[in-house]
Amino acid sequence: MMQVDLIVIGAGPAGMAGARLAADAGLTVAILDEQHRAGGQIYRDVDIVASARGDILGKDYTDGLHLTRALAHDNIRHIAGATVWIIEEGTRVGYLQAGGAHVVTGKRILIATGALERPMPLPGWTLPGVMTAGAGQILLKQSGVLPAQAVLVGAGPLLYLIASQMVRAGHPPLALIETQTRAHSLRAARHLPNALRGWRYLVKGLSMIRTLRQAGVQRFTAASEIAVEGEGRAEAVSFTVSGKRHRLICQTVLLHHGVVPNTQMARALDIPHHWDAAQHCFVPKRDDWGRSPQTSVFLAGDGTGISGAKAAALEGQIAALDIATDLGAMAADQRDAQAAILRRAKSVELAARPFLDAAYPPFAGALAPADDTIICRCEEVRAGDIRACATLGCTGPNQTKAFSRAGMGPCQGRYCGLTVTELLAQANGKTYDETGAYRVRAPIKPVTLGELSKMTTQTNESERHD
Amino acid sequence: MSTALTFLELTPPSRTVRVEFDGQPLDLPLGANLAAALMVAGVHTLRKTPVSGAPRGAFCMMGACFDCLVDIDGVTRQACMQQVTEGLVIRRTKTAGQNDAS
Ligand code: FES
Repeated sequence: MMQVDLIVIGAGPAGMAGARLAADAGLTVAILDEQHRAGGQIYRDVDIVASARGDILGKDYTDGLHLTRALAHDNIRHIAGATVWIIEEGTRVGYLQAGGAHVVTGKRILIATGALERPMPLPGWTLPGVMTAGAGQILLKQSGVLPAQAVLVGAGPLLYLIASQMVRAGHPPLALIETQTRAHSLRAARHLPNALRGWRYLVKGLSMIRTLRQAGVQRFTAASEIAVEGEGRAEAVSFTVSGKRHRLICQTVLLHHGVVPNTQMARALDIPHHWDAAQHCFVPKRDDWGRSPQTSVFLAGDGTGISGAKAAALEGQIAALDIATDLGAMAADQRDAQAAILRRAKSVELAARPFLDAAYPPFAGALAPADDTIICRCEEVRAGDIRACATLGCTGPNQTKAFSRAGMGPCQGRYCGLTVTELLAQANGKTYDETGAYRVRAPIKPVTLGELSKMTTQTNESERHD
Repeated sequence: MSTALTFLELTPPSRTVRVEFDGQPLDLPLGANLAAALMVAGVHTLRKTPVSGAPRGAFCMMGACFDCLVDIDGVTRQACMQQVTEGLVIRRTKTAGQNDAS
C-alpha cells in the first residue's frame, strides 16, 4: 500500500497548485485523477493540446500549462486514470485504475473535485445531440471536435466562451438562446462598482460578446418556455421571447446555466453542507484554510463554491500551506505571511463574481420544470413524480429516492440532486437547508465485483513514497 | 446513424484503427476519446435506457452522467472515459445496472 503525507483528489487547478506547494514544502504527495492527463476539465489535456489548438482556446486555457508542468516534482506522484470510490477514516483512499483496485493512505487529504454543470431539465433534454456546454468545451479541447449545427441555450460567461471559441475555429454556433432578462441586469448593476476590481473578467466578457456580434451570431435574450424537439435525436429548439414563439432547426444543443460544486466526495464523508443563496447551490463546511470539520480532510476549488480556475489554484495553495504547517513542514508565521498574499490575490479574482451571479442566474424554467419533464435522467423520473411525493408527505430527497427511484441510477444523483431539492422545497414551502440533499455512500462511483476482487492490499515496500 | 456531418474534426487523425460497434466496423482515431470518436463517426445513440428504451448519447463528457454507457468486451464502461484502441468490440448495453460500471 502506498503511503504519503498528502493525498490530493482531483488534478484540476486547485489540486495541482496545492500539490506543488505541499511538495515544495517537503511533503510527499499523491495526486489522483480520473482523467488520463492532468488539467481538470478547465485545462483538459492542455499538455498535448496547447500547441495544436491554443490559438482557438485562448490564453486562459494555455495558462494551465504552468500548473500541469509543476506536477513534475520528485515529491509528487500523479496517479492518472484513477477513479476514487471510497475514503475511509479520512486517511485511506480506495481507487480503481486499469481494472484493479488499489489503496493509498495519507496523513491529510485535499479534495479538489471541481464543479459539475447545473442540471438543466427541459423538455427533450435527454435526446441524443443535447449535451452540456461543458461537454462541448471538452470535445473541442480534448478531441478538436466541433458540432456543425449547434444552438447554445442558457446563461452565463461559459456560453460566450465556447461560442467565441467556435467562431475562432471557423464554425460559429447557429444562435445563442439566453435566459437572463433585463431585470437581472438591473439587479446585477448594484454589484458593478465592486466588480470593477475584477475588471479583467468584465473586459473579457465584453470582448467575447463583440466577437459573436462581429461573426453575426444571432442572440436571443430573456427566452422562456424552452424545449428541445426531435424524433430519436435533437432536431430543433423552440422557445418564447416577448410573447413570440421561435423554432430553430439544429443538430446539437449545448445547455448551460451555471456550474455547481461537485460535492459527492464531501457528502460521502458526511461533511456538513449549507445552502449558498447567491450561488443557488449547496457548499461544504470548511474554515478559511479549507479544513473541513473532519480535521484530516481539506477542500479547495470550485467544489467548495464556484469561483473559477484562478481562484481555485489560490485556494489549493492556501490549503496546502495549512497542511504543511499541520504536518510540521512549515512555521506558522511563514504560512500566514504567504497566505496573506494569496488571499489578496483571491479577493481580486472573486470581485466580479457577485455581479456575474446576479446577471446570469439559473433559468427559472429549469428550476421549476413542468410535471412531465424528466428530471432524473437515469431512472426517467419526472418533475410531477417528485411533486406527487411531496403530496404524500416526503420532505427530503432521501425519501423521494425510495418512492420514485430518482437518484438510484448509475449517476448516483449527480444530475438530479439539486432539482429534487428544489422541487421539494417549492412544493413543501421549506428552505433548501430544511429540505436537504441526497445522502451519498460508497461506492462514490460504481464498482464491479471483478474489480474489487483484484484489490491490491498487500503492502508493497517498493511503492512506499517517503 | 446518419451521413450528415453533425460533428467536425479540426485536424484529421494521423492514424485510425478498426473497431466494431454493434457489429458494424468503424475506423476511429487511435487514442481518441471513444465517445467523441463515435460521435464523429455518426453514432449518436450510444444506448437505450433500461426504463423506457429511449435513445441516449453522451451528455457530460466528464464521467459524471453515465449516459454514455456501452458494453466493451462484456463490461459496462463509460465511453467518454475510454480511449480508442485497435480491435475494440463495443456493443450497446442491454441494461445499465447501477453496479455494473466504472
Ligand atoms: S457522457 Fe457523461 S459519463 Fe460519459
